[in-house]
Amino acid sequence: MSEMLLMKGNEAMAEAAIRAGCEGYFAYPITPQSEVAEYMAREAPKHGVVFLQAESELAAINMLYGAAGAGFKVWTSSSSPGISLMQEGISYIAGAMLPCVIVNVNRGGPGLGTIQPSQSDYFQTVKGGGHGDYRLITLAPSTVQEIADYMGLAFDLAWKYRNPAMILMDGALGQMMEKVQFKPYTDPGRDLSWSTRGKPEERESNFITSLFIKPEEMEQVNLQLQKTYREIEQNEVRYDSYEVDDAEMVLVAYGLSARIASKVMHILRDKGLKVGLVKPITLWPYPYKILSDLADRVKGFFVMELNAGQMVEDVRLGVNGKKEVGFYGRMGGMIYSPEEVAEKAEAFARKIGM
Amino acid sequence: MGITVSLENMEKIYERPKTLKDKVMHYCPGCGHGVTHRLVMELVEELGIQHNTVGVAPVGCSVFAYYYMDIDMQEAAHGRACAVATGIKRMMPDHYVFTYQGDGDLAAIGTNETIHACNRGENITIVFVNNAIYGMTGGQMAPTTLLGQPATTCPLGREQAANGYPIRMSELVAQLPGTIYVERVAVNTPARVRKAKKALIKAFKSQELKKGTSFVEIVSNCPSNWKMTPVESNKWLDENMLPYYPLGLYKDEISGE
Amino acid sequence: MAKVKGAVIINTENCKGCGLCIHACPTDTLGFSKEINSKGFNFSEMIKDECIACMSCALVCPDAVITVYRMKKDKAV
Ligand SMILES: Cc1ncc(C[n+]2csc(CCOP(=O)(O)OP(=O)(O)O)c2C)c(N)n1
Ligand code: SF4
Ligand code: SF4
Ligand code: SF4
Repeated sequence: MSEMLLMKGNEAMAEAAIRAGCEGYFAYPITPQSEVAEYMAREAPKHGVVFLQAESELAAINMLYGAAGAGFKVWTSSSSPGISLMQEGISYIAGAMLPCVIVNVNRGGPGLGTIQPSQSDYFQTVKGGGHGDYRLITLAPSTVQEIADYMGLAFDLAWKYRNPAMILMDGALGQMMEKVQFKPYTDPGRDLSWSTRGKPEERESNFITSLFIKPEEMEQVNLQLQKTYREIEQNEVRYDSYEVDDAEMVLVAYGLSARIASKVMHILRDKGLKVGLVKPITLWPYPYKILSDLADRVKGFFVMELNAGQMVEDVRLGVNGKKEVGFYGRMGGMIYSPEEVAEKAEAFARKIGM
Repeated sequence: MGITVSLENMEKIYERPKTLKDKVMHYCPGCGHGVTHRLVMELVEELGIQHNTVGVAPVGCSVFAYYYMDIDMQEAAHGRACAVATGIKRMMPDHYVFTYQGDGDLAAIGTNETIHACNRGENITIVFVNNAIYGMTGGQMAPTTLLGQPATTCPLGREQAANGYPIRMSELVAQLPGTIYVERVAVNTPARVRKAKKALIKAFKSQELKKGTSFVEIVSNCPSNWKMTPVESNKWLDENMLPYYPLGLYKDEISGE
Repeated sequence: MAKVKGAVIINTENCKGCGLCIHACPTDTLGFSKEINSKGFNFSEMIKDECIACMSCALVCPDAVITVYRMKKDKAV
């Protein structure tokens, strides 16, 4: 085990990517994650990693397309407006089945919004964002340690399924200093047979494309994608659950909100309310099943998000009308205090007969 | 039936390059894209670089370039070819990397990527086919459409007051310190085709120097959307395109000190 | 009959009948066929035996369907 370090989330992310053997990073600066590019600019050359500051996020995501299409382990990071600008490229990357990692350090929107933390890009990340029927494998860390842990995981999942993976976090996690320990990383091995590194005599030429003009072919590509998505849904759902065994009400929260939710849980437990917590780690594939199972035995769910209510729709899908689902959110970069949420959650608990 | 001549005692002096796949290209009869594809594939064959060349196809009529060019290729989003090529080249600095782009792709939606790739001096070759129109989408106005030239989105001819001026990309990128070689050529006569090929070879070979971007603009035709026969289109090109887009060498720092 | 200096073989099935080769040929060796190929094009073909193997036709052919042959030096008496 390596030593324990004290690091900012954004820096831990970059360091973890280097330790996960990333070969290139392309990005355009934007608050609250410019430290990532700064860290990469400083450290990448020492490890033979390519670093390039692109002229825009549009360029950055397409540089990623090119580099990933040539079979390299590459990533980018940005924040909400920059991620919006990348959506066309992300759709192409998904359509062309290219593995790569994209980090969104979510800030408050819409528009230029605020640089303060937010979770308002949930829909954009897991319900589309760009055009077409595609999915992003999405990991949501809630601590600096998890940021470090999920970086290597994101690369591995992206390569395993030849699908882009996103790490969705927020500015508070990016700026937060916490203890982190980098676990040793071993690359599980990567298939490069499809990549464009120049055509040797013994094989046909490879090409990377998302264009199949005949609808019959394009449907086949879509079916292939859907098959991969079903496999991912089957194999890769990840979540943590806390104190759900005796729970009568379950809080559901991810990322920064999950940290606050665990405090909310303790406040309510101290008041004698049997409250548990489910923290989705993969936002896609979403942990519907645990919610559906819990719905058979708890009285209700309470969702807290730093947005107007986005993930709550997935919780409702999981719960499927079996129990009531409450919600509390703050928007525009405002962060709720545990006490504030506890008050709302308690009122909901009373309402569902606790 | 035409006549048949015995090939006895004759030697083959020209044939289709083997790097061009054995497929009928989808281009309209007489389209300059076909000649340009052939030239690029001839040079890849002659330089023996099929194994370490990666091409980037645009969105435009040449979107399917990878169906014809027998090399590894990537199809970029509309306008993003230079960014895609940058990503490839940065990861594989010793490979020959080129983009193949139309005027809408390179000089309208992708101008930013083009300028910045050239300005960074990416060691790539940009093959720019300027046919003064949007071919693929059916003849809309391009950034290079000439003043007075009709297009479906300027049916009475491009008007400066409404649409500005046709953009001269070779002149523009030659100004950037990152470019090492910039030439404008055409492929509408045999002599020009020979010259175009020389320019393309020079451009590709310049990548070995790692001294900057090479840019070859091919002034080309679009008989279908210009609504002319191929022969007429080549004449129109001579009379209208070339006065505004003069052929010639705009920059050559290859053999510089 | 003039001394034969060269010849072209045209893959007429893949010719699109654009006529650029015909226009480019300095010896008027090429012309459009009366018949059409399976794609409906009047293809280009040799209509005279005056080819001088200059390659002009092949250079301008967008579909790369022309192969050019030249009489070997020692045979072209
Ligand atoms: C983002 C986006 N906008 C618009 C289009 C539609 N589109 C496809 S090709 C094209 C223009 C192509 O013209 P040009 O680059 O000049 O190439 P040509 O077809 O003439 O060779 C346009 C507007 C697209 N595919 N993507
Ligand atoms: S539309 Fe124009 S540019 Fe496109 S293939 Fe036809 S002639 Fe060529
Ligand atoms: S090689 Fe020259 S002379 Fe012969 S057919 Fe072609 S253009 Fe005409
Ligand atoms: S130039 Fe080529 S495609 Fe056009 S008519 Fe001649 S042989 Fe046929």
